[in-house]
Amino acid sequence: MTKLQKFKESYFLYSFKRDKVAMASFIILVILLILAVTAPWIAPMDPYGANNIDIMNSEIPPMWSDGGESQFPLGTDNMGRDMFSTMLYGLRTSIIIGVCAVALQAGIGIFVGLTAGFIGGKTDAFLMRLADIQFSFPYLMLAIFIGAIFQVVFGVGSYERLAVPLLIIIIGLAEWPVYARTIRASVIGEVNKEYVEAARIIGLSRPTIMVRHVLPNSLTSVMVISTIQIANAVMSEAALSFLGLGMPVTKPSLGSLIQSGFEFIFSGSWWITVFPGVWLILFVLVINLLGDWLRDVLNPKLYKG
Amino acid sequence: MFAFIIRRVIQAILVMLVISLVGFSIKSNIGDPVRDLVGERVTPEERAQMAEKLGLNDPFFVQYTRFLKNALHGDLGTSFIYRKPALEVIFRHAPATIELVLGAALIIALFSFPLGVYSALYPRSLLSRFTMGFSTLGVSIPVFLTAIMFIYLFAVTLHILPSYGRGETIDLFGNGYWQTGLLTIDGLKHLLLPCVSLASIMMPLFIRLIRSEMMEVLETEYIKYAWAKGLSTRRIWLVHAFKNTLLPVVTVFGVQIGIMFAFTILTETVFQWQGMGFMFLDAIQRADISLLIAYLVVVASVFVVVNTVVDIMYSFINPTVRIAGTK
Repeated sequence: MTKLQKFKESYFLYSFKRDKVAMASFIILVILLILAVTAPWIAPMDPYGANNIDIMNSEIPPMWSDGGESQFPLGTDNMGRDMFSTMLYGLRTSIIIGVCAVALQAGIGIFVGLTAGFIGGKTDAFLMRLADIQFSFPYLMLAIFIGAIFQVVFGVGSYERLAVPLLIIIIGLAEWPVYARTIRASVIGEVNKEYVEAARIIGLSRPTIMVRHVLPNSLTSVMVISTIQIANAVMSEAALSFLGLGMPVTKPSLGSLIQSGFEFIFSGSWWITVFPGVWLILFVLVINLLGDWLRDVLNPKLYKG
Repeated sequence: MFAFIIRRVIQAILVMLVISLVGFSIKSNIGDPVRDLVGERVTPEERAQMAEKLGLNDPFFVQYTRFLKNALHGDLGTSFIYRKPALEVIFRHAPATIELVLGAALIIALFSFPLGVYSALYPRSLLSRFTMGFSTLGVSIPVFLTAIMFIYLFAVTLHILPSYGRGETIDLFGNGYWQTGLLTIDGLKHLLLPCVSLASIMMPLFIRLIRSEMMEVLETEYIKYAWAKGLSTRRIWLVHAFKNTLLPVVTVFGVQIGIMFAFTILTETVFQWQGMGFMFLDAIQRADISLLIAYLVVVASVFVVVNTVVDIMYSFINPTVRIAGTK
């Protein structure tokens, strides 16, 4: 049986087809991802290029309200940038940071979890204590702290230049224990099974057994966590940017767009805040819905409400 | 039991030591205590003299011990922006944050218990489905966005609630430390939107937790036995089931209070609420390292104390955890 056939007959696809919410979320997510990836080609204007921004166009309301222009379907922000284009680029930035940060978390977490679960003893106790301690601190607080320290160390100017890699590091460092704990738990469950014993008897080295044999069996839980973690990371990035510890206004992510719009909400320019806000909620919501569904399907035992 | 408490307390102390070490190494690498004391307009010679007098040229470990000793005496350095001891600055800002957190906790408790229990008892009813849908939506909306929406709706459009600040406050003890907004109508009005915003981000989590715990309890043997015994529905639900739901929920509540601190920073920024979070952000923007580190130490102590107390309390109620940690 080929892999495609196997997939077609799987329970996974069957339950996906039956769940309308999951299907709808998946479709919206795919559309959002395509829009984000192709932003440079489909956006009506380039919000990063200073030469096509005209300050005279600032704070134009959306097309359908009074004073709107069809050139800017969702209006413009305070710097005269087309909202629609800026939102596409913002989503792109948010997604890049979110995905890379989760990759970093997973990398650290998987490494620590595998080591702890496989070696055991003192190493395990030490690493897990470390994870526990970090876990007892709220990740957002930690992210804000690391961000604050980085900003003071680098100064605001170079912080803004390095914002993308710094945010990835900040969010990556703040949440690795989630992965470490899960991987360790599933490694401990796997380690005494016969196939690991068999691999050991053939004479495979420990790292090989860990990475090639044990890890693939723990990946289901990694997948479930990762969806939720990406939503979390995007939210954290938005929060940091909103506090001024994230992306600068010249290269806005959704969070910094919302922040720049917040100043203008009192004068009635609601669209600068509301559109990026809805955009962000939509993205996070579909990921959360998909994550819930994935958790139900892949791990029915874990399911709780 | 006693051994468990000792172990837990030692662990808490170790964690605090690690945090103070991290805090101190940040401070000694990027902070500038001379500037904190005398400002920026001093000649380099005077600076060097000051540095020598303050012991800034001592080895790292000597300085760290001094930092620890001072911290134990309640001295966490001097804030550069406020020109006061950092700890005093934090204590002056704490009441605003505490009132905010208390208000939010009250709202969460008032709404999440009835809704959570109801949706566990009648999972198919319309209200339960609505609650669950709402809670999925709720976790997907960042707290600052909720806050902005509230301001736009209630303050900018409808003009029925104030948009920022704490309003009229009363000096509670007459010494200027605790300015409370709880005793005036204006103060309570100012408190409403921030509290609801802060509650909105935590509520979905509690509703879900209460619902799933309650559902789990309803499936247990002793509940079946209670039904078989012919007890009244109300007694089974409220006395037998609900009571056992409370335990894990209260534990999580204790820990989540810590997480609320992170969200207060966001809420306070939006509402210009003069609490610790607002002060913290101000300290970042003006590079007030001493105040940042003092805040780090204070918040970390709150977490560590809360976590330790919750763990110890839990071990009284559920003795199995005491065994788990021993070798």
